[in-house]
Amino acid sequence: MEQAYPKFYLYKRIVQAKLYMDSNFAEKADLNNIADEAYFSKFHFIRLFKKIYGKTPHQYLIQVRIEKAKELLQKGISITEVCSSIGFESVSTFAGLFKRNVKVTPSTYQLEYQLRQEQIKNTPLKFIPNCFAEQKGWTKNSNFEEVS
Amino acid sequence: MITKMNHVSVFVLNQESAHEFYVNKLGFKVHTDAPMGPGMRWLTVCPPEQPDLQIVLMPIEKGMMFKGDSAKQMRDLVSKGTFGFGVFECNDLQATYEELKSKGVVFKKPPTKEFYGYEALFADDSGNWFSLGQKGSN
Repeated sequence: MEQAYPKFYLYKRIVQAKLYMDSNFAEKADLNNIADEAYFSKFHFIRLFKKIYGKTPHQYLIQVRIEKAKELLQKGISITEVCSSIGFESVSTFAGLFKRNVKVTPSTYQLEYQLRQEQIKNTPLKFIPNCFAEQKGWTKNSNFEEVS
Repeated sequence: MITKMNHVSVFVLNQESAHEFYVNKLGFKVHTDAPMGPGMRWLTVCPPEQPDLQIVLMPIEKGMMFKGDSAKQMRDLVSKGTFGFGVFECNDLQATYEELKSKGVVFKKPPTKEFYGYEALFADDSGNWFSLGQKGSN
């Protein structure tokens, strides 16, 4: 068998830069710093990153920030706090970007998530296909205790 | 006419540890997490770009599903790496391999060119193994 990808060291460096962004998403994005982390010129770094991840580093960083924002909103954290935690200075910029990416405003997203969690808590069997619930014995007991 | 699959089960030794593996290492999203009484939980996750396929992280425990010695036998088989549960896809195999390896995911095979395309094999925290391919390479 032939080993794939002889230039694996390039991948290691790009992946390290991606992981750096995953951990430092709240910092002010400076492509020169991120490219330095990977020992590339800025231009070479952007080209290779886009080839591997299908997005520019800037687009990827926005995606990471939006995903982190969703996680924090799910925990019930206020929109202002979420905004500063993920590195945005302006709530309106954050809210606009969030809506463009997620299709709903941060407050609607948070409300819809909380409502779904309430539904799961109150009527869990609505979220479980019946075949699985039967296998587990959950359909026969209103208090969800295992049938012996 | 069947049009699509929306749930598939992966049998795991420990649901909490599987949650950590699939979410924090593989980057999957939790779809539904429903407590079902003492010690029971319905937990499904999805690959990030496939929200309509729920992977049920099904703990192997004695009960209605596994009667008698079946749970023990199943746990033994899973922990020995008997089962290959499916094929995942990524945009770039070598980059995904490097990232997952750096997060501690154990690979049984690094990215390798086979006659059908590039493939790597990794195991989850229970011992279930999966093939990982690159979009468009097969």
